[in-house]
Amino acid sequence: MGSGAGRAERNPRATAFRWTLRLVVVVYLVLLVAWPVSLVVTKTFEDFSTFTDLFSDPDTVHALKLTVIVAAASVVINTVFGVVISLLLVRYEFRGKRILSPLIDLPMAVSPIVVGLSLVLVYGGRDGWFGPWLEANGLQVIFAVPGMIMATTFVALPLVVRELVPVLEEVGVEQEQAAASLGAGPFQTFRRITLPAIKWALIYGVVLSLARSLGEFGALKVVSGNILGETRTATLVVEEQYLNFNQAGAYATAFLLTIVSVACIVVVTIIRPKEDRER
Amino acid sequence: MMWFSLLVLIPLVAIVVTASEGGWSGFADALTNEQTAAAIRLTVGMAFLVTAVNVVMGTTIAWVLVRDRFPGQRFLEVLIDIPFALPTIVAGLVLLSLYGPDSPLPVDIANKRSAVFVAFLFVTLPFIVRTVQPVLEELERDVEEAAMSLGASRFTTFRRITLPSIIPAIAAGAALAFARAVSEYGSLVLLSGNLPMKTEVTSVRILSSIENDNLVGAAAVATILLGISLLVIVTFDLLQRRLVRRG
Amino acid sequence: MSIEISNVGKRFGDFVALDDVTVSIPAGSLTALLGPSGGGKSTLLRIIAGLEHADSGRVEIEGVDATSLPPQKRDVGFVFQHYAAFKHLSVFRNVAFGLEIRKRPKDEIKARVDELLELVHLDQFGDRLPAQLSGGQRQRMALARALAVEPKVLLLDEPFGALDAKVRKELRDWLRRLHDEVHVTTVFVTHDQEEALEVADEIVVINEGRVEQIGTPDALYDEPESDFVMSFLGPVTTLRGQLIRPHDIELRTTEAPAARAGTVSRLVRVGFEVRVDVVSADEVTTVSLTRAEARSLGLEEGTAVWLEVAPGAQVRTPGATAPGSGTPTTAGSR
Repeated sequence: MGSGAGRAERNPRATAFRWTLRLVVVVYLVLLVAWPVSLVVTKTFEDFSTFTDLFSDPDTVHALKLTVIVAAASVVINTVFGVVISLLLVRYEFRGKRILSPLIDLPMAVSPIVVGLSLVLVYGGRDGWFGPWLEANGLQVIFAVPGMIMATTFVALPLVVRELVPVLEEVGVEQEQAAASLGAGPFQTFRRITLPAIKWALIYGVVLSLARSLGEFGALKVVSGNILGETRTATLVVEEQYLNFNQAGAYATAFLLTIVSVACIVVVTIIRPKEDRER
Repeated sequence: MMWFSLLVLIPLVAIVVTASEGGWSGFADALTNEQTAAAIRLTVGMAFLVTAVNVVMGTTIAWVLVRDRFPGQRFLEVLIDIPFALPTIVAGLVLLSLYGPDSPLPVDIANKRSAVFVAFLFVTLPFIVRTVQPVLEELERDVEEAAMSLGASRFTTFRRITLPSIIPAIAAGAALAFARAVSEYGSLVLLSGNLPMKTEVTSVRILSSIENDNLVGAAAVATILLGISLLVIVTFDLLQRRLVRRG
Repeated sequence: MSIEISNVGKRFGDFVALDDVTVSIPAGSLTALLGPSGGGKSTLLRIIAGLEHADSGRVEIEGVDATSLPPQKRDVGFVFQHYAAFKHLSVFRNVAFGLEIRKRPKDEIKARVDELLELVHLDQFGDRLPAQLSGGQRQRMALARALAVEPKVLLLDEPFGALDAKVRKELRDWLRRLHDEVHVTTVFVTHDQEEALEVADEIVVINEGRVEQIGTPDALYDEPESDFVMSFLGPVTTLRGQLIRPHDIELRTTEAPAARAGTVSRLVRVGFEVRVDVVSADEVTTVSLTRAEARSLGLEEGTAVWLEVAPGAQVRTPGATAPGSGTPTTAGSR
């Protein structure tokens, strides 16, 4: 009875304290996030024609398409492997499990530049470990789309797993065992019991991965070679345009990326309370 | 496993192996190179500073989001996650538009060290908030009420009852924030100017080695960077265990 | 009077938790706030503790107006349903907490905590963490913690609600004995009428934010002022449209002049008790018999029986507002 929301404060000092904290937090977030991000919007709308011009420049359009392809591919890969790895981590005992679980988080702590470098060292066409052999067999990885997908996948790797593992742990095995005792096969159990239970967490992880993948910059810069009209992505376009004194263009492209990432976050925020309600 | 190895493990091992190809002298060269040393000092120093700010602000924000109720709170929730989803290059651009030469405010941090600070602050914002928030939500109100009915003031209750419960979360978030700051690259490209000896961070330094085809040198610096991240993550973990045990 | 609550009201949004509640709690007594969950009894307890503020009305503790005092300054001990143990502190430090806050000397704290741990039979467990205790032990620790600061009043919010039936019963007896030793004014909230009847000196029945009746366990049980109190304090059935307790009905297998005729429709045995449903003209009456009684009467489904009110028993006319409206009716008066 009596949630925190209904608690009346009669103590004036406590009320003042509460308001001070509120104010500090709001000012901090406005200065650090809300105001800067809103400027991208206003700067874009100062001259809206640059925004529409974006879509008439074939190189930019190519970059946008490439961004979508790379992000989509890495999201698909991360979703499938994310589910598999989460199930492995939560439901099965195997040797090396204790090492694997912190390793999954590793990509969060590695500089995107280092990610790029590491991929170049292994898959680089000239003197990487596997690169020359792959290239001899007709597969160019570095400075090409496969390498870009790998870099993006690497960077966004932990997101799905991090969302799924706690939910899988909370759901427990009872329902799955019940399904199995009712005669459901492993695949049926997964599709009809496990998947619905982790649905929201999965969507949450996928949306976050999508945002992260669309916005990858550092690792792509190293891996893609940034070739105009071939391997340049949207984020690289922003840098290029800005450094070439095409500020309006840079802002317009940035605006597009901002819209997408903010949309992702809003979707995620809307999903989250639903998850709470189900509990 | 195979897939994970090909994508993550082998490439990371490759960095350490390549770095060690240069032998100890490779590391020594990297560290004694004045420009590299300056970059590492700047990166680590700023990362510590930003982590410290985040410990205070992140905890405060989490507290307000969990314990206070006011209109527009959902909006703040969205703001917290934006740095996580916004492409880093765009993050740099938006910060430049508010704090750069064309700023509507009487500040200009472009190409200054403070630019590194602000950029780190932006990209690390969600970490402590998002690790502390669920723990605070789980924390039972009645424990704090018990302390208050025993005569503890709000502050004492926070320090002696609430804080010990959320310290593990703060430490975990701080480790993530630190690791993120140390490895940051994208948001600095446009904002800090990457001036050698002044605003150049380690990631930028590694990139320029790559662009100069000095992969061994790049790998050496990258290994050092990985080592620092690992060290800090382990230290925070130990620190948290000790603090919790002491109560 | 130790606690005076006058005209207290409290809402949560549209929900009226308490509506103009006035209660006096005598010093040194053990009082139960009894009622269904959501009825407002916990809110009233939290208002006494200062954990919740009343929207209107006044709270006085030992003659001091406490209406707007924060919980820290009320000098009350509060025990929570889910123990509210300080998980990171040992049992000893949990109990010592309030004394440490009051900056008592170390040796005084030690002596007092040791004494209390002995009182609650936890003297062997001082170094343990709460997680290493059972539920009942944790609740005893919470009680010692609340008593350590020598509060003017001790407040317990469903203190045994999270424990299993056996431990509940033990702790209930133990609380009664503890109260007889310590004599601190104690108020506890419960939704279990048996617990209230067994432990309390006085019971305040609260329902839908209002006080239904205040009185000793006997008074409430024998002279309920409302249908609600009657049905909440024990099982109730109807005979000739009157409310009556199932064990206050006499059942015979031979015809009696003024008794009501009916047929046994169902027999349920629960331990020593047998519940007999009897269908008569327009109602189903439940009668409670002992195992031996039921057996000697040779009851089974379909047996013809006659029911009448046992001598000295109470009946109530539904909807009546005063007690005793159905003062002992002798058999055949109607």
